[in-house]
Amino acid sequence: MDELYFFLEVLIGGLLSGTMYSLVALGFVLIYKASGIFNFAQGTMVLFAALTFVGVLELGAPALLAAVVTLAVMVVLAFAVERLVFRHMVNQPQVILFMATIGLAYFLEGLGQTIWGTEVHVLDLGIPDRGLWLGPILVSQFDLIAAVVVALLVAALGVFFRTTTMGRALRGVADDHQAALSIGIPLHHVWVAVWSVAGFVALVAGLVWGSKLGVQFSISLVALKAIPVMIIGGFTSIPGAIVGGLIVGASEKLAEVYIGPFVGGGLENWFPYMLAMLVLMVRPEGLFGEKIIERV
Amino acid sequence: MFYRETGQYKTTYAADRAIFPIRQDRVAMAILLMIAFVAIPLVANEYWLRSVLTPVLVFSLAAIGLNILTGYTGQLSLGTAAFMAVGAFAAYNLEVRVPEVPFLVSFVVAGLAAAGVGILFGLPSLRIKGFYLAVATLAAQFFIEWLFTHVPWFTNYSTSGVITAPPMTLLGFSFESAESRYLLTLCIVVVMAVMAKNMVRSELGRAWMAVRDMDIAAEAIGINLMKTKLTAFAVSSFYCGVAGALWAYVYLGTVEPQAFDVLRSFEILFMVIIGGLGSILGSFLGAGFIVLLPIFIANASGVFGDALSAETIAHLEFVIFGGLIIVFLVVEPLGLARLWQIVKEKLRLWPFPY
Repeated sequence: MDELYFFLEVLIGGLLSGTMYSLVALGFVLIYKASGIFNFAQGTMVLFAALTFVGVLELGAPALLAAVVTLAVMVVLAFAVERLVFRHMVNQPQVILFMATIGLAYFLEGLGQTIWGTEVHVLDLGIPDRGLWLGPILVSQFDLIAAVVVALLVAALGVFFRTTTMGRALRGVADDHQAALSIGIPLHHVWVAVWSVAGFVALVAGLVWGSKLGVQFSISLVALKAIPVMIIGGFTSIPGAIVGGLIVGASEKLAEVYIGPFVGGGLENWFPYMLAMLVLMVRPEGLFGEKIIERV
Repeated sequence: MFYRETGQYKTTYAADRAIFPIRQDRVAMAILLMIAFVAIPLVANEYWLRSVLTPVLVFSLAAIGLNILTGYTGQLSLGTAAFMAVGAFAAYNLEVRVPEVPFLVSFVVAGLAAAGVGILFGLPSLRIKGFYLAVATLAAQFFIEWLFTHVPWFTNYSTSGVITAPPMTLLGFSFESAESRYLLTLCIVVVMAVMAKNMVRSELGRAWMAVRDMDIAAEAIGINLMKTKLTAFAVSSFYCGVAGALWAYVYLGTVEPQAFDVLRSFEILFMVIIGGLGSILGSFLGAGFIVLLPIFIANASGVFGDALSAETIAHLEFVIFGGLIIVFLVVEPLGLARLWQIVKEKLRLWPFPY
């Protein structure tokens, strides 16, 4: 029986931490959906948002103000990115756009650390990080709260995409750029909007990850974890990002616990990628991705 | 006026199919090779040979490898450094276990080992495309890095987890000095670059490009997709493997698995993009640009004196690097090789445009 409880504990811990990967993957999916850009800078945006938030907080501002200021910075960033970079790169092949976002990642990383320094900032949002006994199973309270935040965020985004004008415009652009343009959806504004939303998601991710790990350079590496998540779920699907995160989180924890000891540990770096590869072999567009139709 | 092919007739098939059909190109290339083989070893000091020119050459080789895969065949790869690592560790393990093998042979074995691993991780490309394929190569990247860190056999049970390349001797001559190492690298790189140039001009290269432009159409006109994609992975990884072995043996001497991390893969991808996708010349230009840029930035920031701390300079380097990459992609997405082509077009008429 203890075996089973232990298994459940690992599984639930993995699922909960998986939702945090989903949070980062969500930002990827948003931008990919609306512009076909694989935004490698999403991880750096998480770092940048967290650094800005902590920086403003340390200047003595209350948390709410800091969040508003950071959000404003992310919106300005969205404007700048659209205006200075992607407006000039319409019609370029996807790999070029992808490279531009890697350049953007370098740029933001340098900029954030030039302005706010490299030391590890402690971010305490008052979320308790204690164990919680659910019957015989130990669950991290922090992870539980993070999962709730993710759920709320996804619900909010879902409402935003379904009901608001901008949300409909976004869905239109995602379906077909040209058709969207021809019925009068302003493509450039939509891009700014979606980068802003991605900035907002990055801020939430930055706060959650920042209070877990401390605000430091390494949280931009979380992006490398989020890539297999969105691959498994499919590039274009928001529910996919959630399910992908759950799969990756649970399976990497289980692999680490049950396979790790036999091979010397450290599996979690590559295990999600191998898993993603296997999923792709069966479904080349991910679990929830749009079916790729090819013609000559 | 100076760069014009007027009066140069192609009278044989061989002349028509030459790598450099124009006389001026041949002369320029000869001069360039003379400079590289003779003038630079005579003039350059130890620092330039060992820390600048040798890495430029090694990276050029890796960039050619990636260019074959990404630029010519259109298969995005983010695992270049892993294939380099396979090369480095294969050469090392062969030398350690069979010391009689001359190091040049172990370089070839390094390439072959990397090619084998490349084929293995290339298999998903038959089913997966585009960014999804990038994940397969990232899987290679993280898995191989982990393998070399966690399985002690690969580092010959070295306690620190690093490998030290044994000395290189050929027919009694020991490659110790910076000049000899530079020339060794140069010879290998030139030979392999010519091979690559010829490969991409041949039937194989054309099949690669057909797959890049549209693989379904390529299949419809009778190109064997599996064979073409896997040869691209094999040849590309072979080049990366040799580059990795050179990196370990000639440049660093002592190398740890973390020297081949994902950032190294990105670095090489940058070289290919900035140099020019689908251009052998571009691989050299891109490698030169990416290696020289940080050195240039470091020297330029020296002008401002001590006003900036070393840490700030390191961060500003990131900012400038990222900014330049974006500017480059906005201004000329086809890279330095394309710029060079434009210059050549202009030079045909210059200075008399009419």
